[in-house]
Amino acid sequence: MTGESCGLFEYGHRACGGCAAAMAARTILDAAGKDTIIVSATGCMEVFSTPYPETAWKVPWIHSLFENNSAVASGIVASLKKQGRKEKVIALGGDGATFDIGILCLSGAFERGHDFVYICYDNEAYMNTGIQRSGATPYDASTTTSPAGKCSTGNRRPKKDLPMILAAHGAPYVATASVAYLPDLKKKVEKAIATEGPCYLQVHAPCCTGWGFEGEKTMTIGKLAIETGLWVNYEMEDGKVTRVKKVVRKPVEVYLKEQRRFRHLFKPKLNETEIAKIQAVADRNAERFGIDIKLKK
Amino acid sequence: MALGLGCSAKPGKAKENRTGSWRTFRPEFLHEKCTKCGLCSLVCPEGCIAEDGEGQPVPDYDYCKGCGICAEECPGQAIEMKKEEK
Repeated sequence: MTGESCGLFEYGHRACGGCAAAMAARTILDAAGKDTIIVSATGCMEVFSTPYPETAWKVPWIHSLFENNSAVASGIVASLKKQGRKEKVIALGGDGATFDIGILCLSGAFERGHDFVYICYDNEAYMNTGIQRSGATPYDASTTTSPAGKCSTGNRRPKKDLPMILAAHGAPYVATASVAYLPDLKKKVEKAIATEGPCYLQVHAPCCTGWGFEGEKTMTIGKLAIETGLWVNYEMEDGKVTRVKKVVRKPVEVYLKEQRRFRHLFKPKLNETEIAKIQAVADRNAERFGIDIKLKK
Repeated sequence: MALGLGCSAKPGKAKENRTGSWRTFRPEFLHEKCTKCGLCSLVCPEGCIAEDGEGQPVPDYDYCKGCGICAEECPGQAIEMKKEEK
């Protein structure tokens, strides 16, 4: 059967089975609608959705480089403004393009205050080129450039707090979301588009290939990240945290042990010292955002 | 294949690429258990689950990669993954 597809992101794209970035792309377009121009940095989403001469996008879409995603978006916004046109501009990038390579242009665009939305789908490493660590890779995750072994327990640095960096630019709306909660993601995209000025959205996108879990578990892993406090879904308006998803927290082990990138913390023997450090990250998140639901005893 | 100016492609041309051939496991939809909540259609990374006139999910097996997210997330266990036989 070859019927009509369900949205503006056409099927036939080459994402892995169970890809969270594909899910995010569908939801983002669903929220944004057809009068949208997408600027896409190099990355998994760009590669799997547009192998020339094919494209999965049914809206105007332009491929920038890794580093100048926000600059290209800024140019489009300026041109539309001059022409008096009302199309919305969304810049999409992975965590590598956003946290590392494109941060200079991203910072510039937010400083100039263009009216656009930057959405980072955060799969916590350079997945398209073969799972190299990025500024978004969490502490102790094993990647091909931070491999766990006799002398290492994986990535030595904590995840960079990019939403706070962009909030510090004076962005009117900064939020985090997860593919595990798609209706919430959709609402946040709509809100970001409706807000004037540069808005930033960071979407947690578990990667079955890079993190090492079965494709059908994508949503489950995303939920576990939130339930353990290692990922926090929140909204910031004018620099203040206004909404936070609260949870009854689970220990971080339940999230870590499901993934190959943290396998070295459990085999050949349980590394309690390192797991305690990751638990401390979750505890800090919980305290900072107040995510804990207190159960009545 | 000549590269055009700016390498433009027609909207949604990816549809020519039938990813259904990737599949190892095939989702079977048990209509009698389905509550028509539409969650499978929402979570499908391909976006290839449509709804028929009565709200029952209709997967497009030409594109379904068999990832199994629909079966995993279905609240009524109304989707079963069966090994593909070609």
